[in-house]
Amino acid sequence: MFRSITHFIKSFTLFELFQGLSVTGKYLFKRKMTIQYPEQKTPMSPRFRGHHALRRYPNGQERCIACKLCEAVCPALAIDIEMEERPDGTRRTTKYDIDFFKCIYCGFCEEACPVDAIVETHIFEYHYESREGTTITKDELLAFGDKHEHEIAKRKAADAPYK
Amino acid sequence: MDTLISMWEWLPEGLRILIVIMLKIVAILLPLILAVAYTTFAERKIIGYMQVRMGPNRVGPKGWLQPIADTVKLMFKEIITPTKASSVVFFIAPMLALAPALAVWSVIPFWDGGVLANVNAGLLLVLAVTSLDVFGIILAGWASNSKYAILSSLRVGAQVVSYEIAMGFALVGVLMAAQSLNLTEIVRAQSGGIQNWFVWPLIGLFLVFFISGVAETNRAPFDVAEGESEIVAGFHVEYSGMAFALFFLAEYASMILVSTLTALLFFGGWLSPFGDVLKDVPVLGTLLGDGFHWLLLKTSFFLFCYLWFRATFPRYRYDQIMRLGWKILIPVTLVWIFGEMAAIALGWKPWL
Repeated sequence: MFRSITHFIKSFTLFELFQGLSVTGKYLFKRKMTIQYPEQKTPMSPRFRGHHALRRYPNGQERCIACKLCEAVCPALAIDIEMEERPDGTRRTTKYDIDFFKCIYCGFCEEACPVDAIVETHIFEYHYESREGTTITKDELLAFGDKHEHEIAKRKAADAPYK
Repeated sequence: MDTLISMWEWLPEGLRILIVIMLKIVAILLPLILAVAYTTFAERKIIGYMQVRMGPNRVGPKGWLQPIADTVKLMFKEIITPTKASSVVFFIAPMLALAPALAVWSVIPFWDGGVLANVNAGLLLVLAVTSLDVFGIILAGWASNSKYAILSSLRVGAQVVSYEIAMGFALVGVLMAAQSLNLTEIVRAQSGGIQNWFVWPLIGLFLVFFISGVAETNRAPFDVAEGESEIVAGFHVEYSGMAFALFFLAEYASMILVSTLTALLFFGGWLSPFGDVLKDVPVLGTLLGDGFHWLLLKTSFFLFCYLWFRATFPRYRYDQIMRLGWKILIPVTLVWIFGEMAAIALGWKPWL
């Protein structure tokens, strides 16, 4: 009886509706969470998996030895490698293509690589201007690695203790 | 200047009146349409703020040009007619929705005497013309040749008709208190400060009026007509470009109308809450006295309430809407009107 009376009074004074309104009213003045993307950015883990790159040794020698472990481990079959034996007896790739439309950015290739040649970098803001452009060749990967080597080395070193 | 005046006097009498009326209409409609544009902006901004995000802030300084960008986009979009839609009705429907929403403004007083047509039965005209709004929506749903659209227009038809009754009863209470159907007279009857406003004796009717006003304009939480999660966008699924924009314009114009009516009927319209007490204060006197700015302030508050409701309440289920309209709002208004009748018959008029 008493409960039904309180229910009656509550519903006719719109008690719960005003409660709800006060909640949203308070949120109106709260600090906004929005990150204004191009100007502001969230902090990024050194382990971030973005655009791929092929690295070189400090003496300029390319690291990749064409062991094809990355090609084997790639779950999306995005990597395509061909190899040759160079005159000096080393084993090197002649073709190292990554189809970025197939790639799922799992980072397995980086895990599989015995010489830390293929890495995923912190760079995620890139685009393609044609369908053909989505497959990144060896030259492009090496050039990308050369361009960002400093930053890549720093981030890999920061992440190394946790691997 | 003299040549201009002589040219003006050279025009025939009827034409002169027509020109003056046309200019007055433009003077009402231009600010109204601008207000509609910026209401959409305010809606996105306020609801964004209540959801702890920023809302549009990229176009122009702080996003203030956003509605203009939206309008330009909508104007340049193609208007697609669905195959097998009845094309004449399909294009007439948005105009039918918009025309009444704009026509009502002819009887709305903005300040004492600031009204296009001071009709004696102003309140009746408002009720009659706003009811026509629903035709545009029903015809749009029917002409679209789409199942979602027809479902939505069925819902709108039933919902608007039900809530019109509660709204009408709430207005009966107001006109009994004011002893007039003329909107200017109704506001004048509330003069003399905040304690004389009709909200206090008629608070129940005010709540009913505003709730049914929200339902009447198909706004959240009564927006089953649009119901994005159920029937995509309701009656205007098939509309694009300017035809869609007209529905939008009509909806927001009616929102502003209901807010203005609430301010006029229950909150003393352009009357200052201080009455005549502070009118003679130097400098601030004009601001604290009666004037259009009070109506603007009150209307903006109720418009804000619309957006506030939308950010707060989840959508009603359809049968619950009908239950609220028929079983709660109408009995409440009836009881309130009978109480008011008794009070008037006994000569006990707290609002006089």
